[in-house]
Amino acid sequence: MREINVSEVTKVVSQLCKDSCYYLPEELLAKLKASIDTEESPLGKEILTTIVENAELARRKDVPICQDTGLTVVFMDIGQDVHFVGGDLYTAIHAGVADGYVNGYLRKSSVDDPLFIRKNTNDNTPAIIHTTIVPGDKVKITVSPKGCGSENMGALKMLKPADGVEGVIKFVVDTVRSAGPNPCPPVTVGVGIGGNMEKAALLAKYSLSRKVGEHNPNPQYAELEKTLLELVNKTGVGPSGLGGSTTAVAVNIEYAPTHIGGMPVAVNLNCHAARRAEAEI
Amino acid sequence: MSEATIKYIKAPLSAETVKELRAGDVVRISGYIYTARDAAHKRLTEALARGEELPLDLKDNVIYYVGPSPTKPGEVVGSAGPTTSGRMDKYTPTMIQQGMRGMIGKGLRSQEVIDACKEYGAVYFAAVGGAAAVIAQSIKGEEMIAYEDLGPEAIRRYEVEDFPAIVVIDAEGNDFYKVGIAKYSKE
Repeated sequence: MREINVSEVTKVVSQLCKDSCYYLPEELLAKLKASIDTEESPLGKEILTTIVENAELARRKDVPICQDTGLTVVFMDIGQDVHFVGGDLYTAIHAGVADGYVNGYLRKSSVDDPLFIRKNTNDNTPAIIHTTIVPGDKVKITVSPKGCGSENMGALKMLKPADGVEGVIKFVVDTVRSAGPNPCPPVTVGVGIGGNMEKAALLAKYSLSRKVGEHNPNPQYAELEKTLLELVNKTGVGPSGLGGSTTAVAVNIEYAPTHIGGMPVAVNLNCHAARRAEAEI
Repeated sequence: MSEATIKYIKAPLSAETVKELRAGDVVRISGYIYTARDAAHKRLTEALARGEELPLDLKDNVIYYVGPSPTKPGEVVGSAGPTTSGRMDKYTPTMIQQGMRGMIGKGLRSQEVIDACKEYGAVYFAAVGGAAAVIAQSIKGEEMIAYEDLGPEAIRRYEVEDFPAIVVIDAEGNDFYKVGIAKYSKE
């Protein structure tokens, strides 16, 4: 049994909120840079250049890459031999988010009631927290702030088993095409297949925390990721949706066992500023 | 983008300037623009419905759909990129009827917005979504105008110099999203 004081969690979450909003992951920045050369549209090349300049400027000045610093999604892999002390874990996570957003000059975009009141909570809490219990005595924390421009363009469909691979391809490509400029392309396409309704949505979101360039370890799904990336880039949506050959930088699929009668598929799009920072305690 | 292909324009926008803009033009905007997004649009159009005077004169003005991040000490504004314009579609034809001449945002607009641009001579610009730190560099001054209680959604006046944007919908009703995507589609 290893004891971890929750104040440590607060400290780490606060830092990860700032780091993720200021510093684009290196491998994503490298991918965006490389796409300037391969992009077919001259205007698209200009837009990609601006996107890269923006990420570099934000890193240099410690300012948010995008003003929409999102709802704060926190994934935690908690070793089963960890015992949290000094307070309540979820309260500690929210405290970290509040500290990071207030002291890091990040925008507060969370409203308390979705329908009637819609009052800003003024510290970006509550975070959206997903915890998983894993073997060991470590805690891995991943903070992924996500803006609403891309979140609003996500979709979920309860496909039939008979729809097969073709059905999945059509749904994913249709979702990216109809999203057009709205999710700030070039996007990362997160796809969750299987499980049930909420499991598919969570898998799609979780897949976005993968590093650009990595594929699903299952060769069939890895192949489908490559096929989907090619097809998505044929839609012509391009950088900022103003036309071009770079609509997405990656398609990430996560899958789970499902019911004999179903095949849920969720698509969660992330903008070109696919922010993520992680740490281990 | 070579300098020769960039159009340098002043805001507020004259009817003549708008007539010369074509979907796909790359522009740099200098002058004064106003910020407003979802909550401010709701309040503005509700005020109009009640017959009240607005806190700003919309005539010939450009509205920038933005909710900036907080300003760090020593900076003029925080990061300030465009938000998704489609959420303002419901309010936009009314605003254009009131004289609004331009909008800056990102993403698709409704047919009603395109029709209003055509009928009243207005233009819709896209700024590069997510390029919020770069865009903030073209904002040289900020003044609070109305609805301060809305925080990032309050109406502010920005003094801008060479604000980078692209004409998406022109006063003839052309939509560059459709043109640009069709050109590069290989489906």
